[in-house]
Amino acid sequence: MTEMVEKSVARTATDTAAARLKRRYAAERRFKAYGIVAIALALGFLATLLITVFSNGATAFVQTEMRLDVTFDASEMGLGDDRSPDALAGANYLAVVKNAIYARFPEVEGRSARRELAAMLSNGADITLRDLVQDDPSVIGTTRPVWMIASDDVDMAIKGHIPRTPGTDGARLSDQQLGWLEALEQSGAVELKFNTLLFTTGDSREPELAGLWGAIVGSFFSLSITLMVCFPLGVATAVYLEEFAPKNRWTDLIEVNINNLAAVPSVVFGLLGLAIFLNFFGMPRSAPLVGGLVLALISLPTIIIAGRAALKAVPPSIREAAMGLGASRLQVVTDHVLPLAMPGILTGTILGMAHALGETAPLLMIGMVAFIVDIPGSPFDPAAVLPVQVYLWADSPERAFVERTSAAIIVLLFFLAAMNLAAILLRKKFERRW
Amino acid sequence: MKKTLAVAAVALATVAFGGAAEARDQIRMAGSSTVYPFATAVAEQFGKAGKFKTPVVESTGTGGGFKLFCAGIGPDHTDISNASRAIKSSEFEQCVKNGVTDVVEVKIGYDGIVLANSKKSKQMTVSRKQIFQALAKEVPVDGKLVANPYQTWNQIDPSLPSSKIEVLGPPPTSGTRDAFIELVMETAAEEFPELKAMKKDDAKAFKKAYSSIREDGAYVEAGENDNLIIQKLDANPDAFGIFGYSFLDQNSDKVQGSVVEGNSPTFENIAAGKYPVSRPLFFYVKKAHVGTIPGIKEYVAEFTSDKAWGKTGYLADKGLIPMSDAERKEWAEKANGLATLQK
Repeated sequence: MTEMVEKSVARTATDTAAARLKRRYAAERRFKAYGIVAIALALGFLATLLITVFSNGATAFVQTEMRLDVTFDASEMGLGDDRSPDALAGANYLAVVKNAIYARFPEVEGRSARRELAAMLSNGADITLRDLVQDDPSVIGTTRPVWMIASDDVDMAIKGHIPRTPGTDGARLSDQQLGWLEALEQSGAVELKFNTLLFTTGDSREPELAGLWGAIVGSFFSLSITLMVCFPLGVATAVYLEEFAPKNRWTDLIEVNINNLAAVPSVVFGLLGLAIFLNFFGMPRSAPLVGGLVLALISLPTIIIAGRAALKAVPPSIREAAMGLGASRLQVVTDHVLPLAMPGILTGTILGMAHALGETAPLLMIGMVAFIVDIPGSPFDPAAVLPVQVYLWADSPERAFVERTSAAIIVLLFFLAAMNLAAILLRKKFERRW
Repeated sequence: MKKTLAVAAVALATVAFGGAAEARDQIRMAGSSTVYPFATAVAEQFGKAGKFKTPVVESTGTGGGFKLFCAGIGPDHTDISNASRAIKSSEFEQCVKNGVTDVVEVKIGYDGIVLANSKKSKQMTVSRKQIFQALAKEVPVDGKLVANPYQTWNQIDPSLPSSKIEVLGPPPTSGTRDAFIELVMETAAEEFPELKAMKKDDAKAFKKAYSSIREDGAYVEAGENDNLIIQKLDANPDAFGIFGYSFLDQNSDKVQGSVVEGNSPTFENIAAGKYPVSRPLFFYVKKAHVGTIPGIKEYVAEFTSDKAWGKTGYLADKGLIPMSDAERKEWAEKANGLATLQK
């Protein structure tokens, strides 16, 4: 009797243990599954984002151009015999453009029909001719085929973003214009070419002329200022706090505040910039100088925190050995600790910069969210930055800005990826393990 | 290396303060996001002529623009303020207080506000009274103000579609919303006898009644980005959106404007003043800056030229509804003569 009881107790004990084990394994499997689902979800969102951006933006890297036989007639251009650079710059190229397209369709008569015909070419088509003539004044007096930029509506129709069947709603080209386009296409005079203007000009209200170069230069100036301000300040702060500062209530307070600053919403820094840099110091509005200073305030905490972590990772034995050989504390830091910590500090700095590159909110307050056509020549000229350009284009009514917005996002993502890659390479190349 | 950096920083700071003290050679303006597409188009043409630098145009909203404009005189303050409504007397007082006494008002044309839906659904014909019933927080039912009970359009009137009321529109910070409230909700409210009586007795309560938009999900604040509203309308054929005419014009293959009180929002109807929901657009020039900041007079001349704001001008291509010939002539004279605003 007793034996039987013992047996059954033993069996139940192993049974419960086995059941519990099974439950524990199941829990582990579930946990793993949650993790995989979370990662898949995150990757799915990323993929959707990238696919939409790339599928929307890919077509913006090409631009419809039309080939027309252009007669460079000196009298039509209002030039006479003058070939000085000033005269060439100020000549009437628009008349030449219009004559070229009128000559291609000589049957078109009447003011309004000719207006429609000329509207198929971009307002900026004359710039192509001006550049051509300025490069080589000898073309004046000759007739030659020239590829010129088409208007945004033609561009959208060719790319299939707006309907091309005559008479449908939303076909922004008239039936006549669609007919002309058809004729040009059949003679091989319409082609999609690489959109160089996107990378060489500033903002424009005409989508086919709008470019990112102004914003790229603006971003470059802003980030240079940011780097010049926050790198020395950040490194100095990190070194002092990590290597020299006594551990007391004050340094604790400073540390807590730096960590808090890293979490402050960036628009608050914009208000600070408006109050201090613009209103108090009277710096120019919309300038990359002020933008760079504001962005420096935002990335400073990140750099200090990353810098301190990198300094902490240098083993104490290095410091002790240097001290043992008679180096002063400053020599220990500048000759040994700082060079060893540099890869980590640089990685932190680049990540802070990449963060600053994507900011728009603080720049709104200091007037950098603005329509600026001229390419900035210095950090004091008004300029926009890349994310601001994305924001402004996303808000424009013209249909052709939809694809250009995505193109601007692609360019911004490219710069961010390049910076992150630089951070990874730096870490891989110089990282030391102890 | 640190020393050179420090020297560079000091040099930079010196140049910065030196640079700020210099006079500006570029026009600066700020203001309404509705006027922004037109002001930027003129600015670009003006810059292209090559005599002056291209003006910098900020899109801050009408109120934000006036705040910068009225802050004072001098190169630190804007020269021109773009506005989707006339300057308020409180804003003008602020201007005068800061020494900005001579202000030139220029009316540039009209903008229509449309109620639109996807082309996949049928075009709707409504009255402003019906829009009020669909969107107001509280509506009069049997002589009493009650929380808006309407869930579908045909509950308001059997002629309207049976779909759920879902309207995407601008947030309260937007000038488009202000104009919509004034042009649709206020006018419509006066058509209800209960509210009309209220206007006499308690003007404040009346204002609250017509300017409160329902918050139970039927009206969705879709942010300032009108392109986003159009995308959402395309995806959801039952929804309606409220936005400016230029976006309807550019997306007429995807969305259609509802007919309001017998008139559809077309270029011709808005220009003729037949479409009821349209508003004038303005810009304001600081007279004290004319002569100190180069190019202001020329910019005004460019804006008021027929090739810009005329019937077939480039601003009409951008969606601006031009004024009549007589009105344009009158405003062009006033603007180019720099006639100041009297208040």
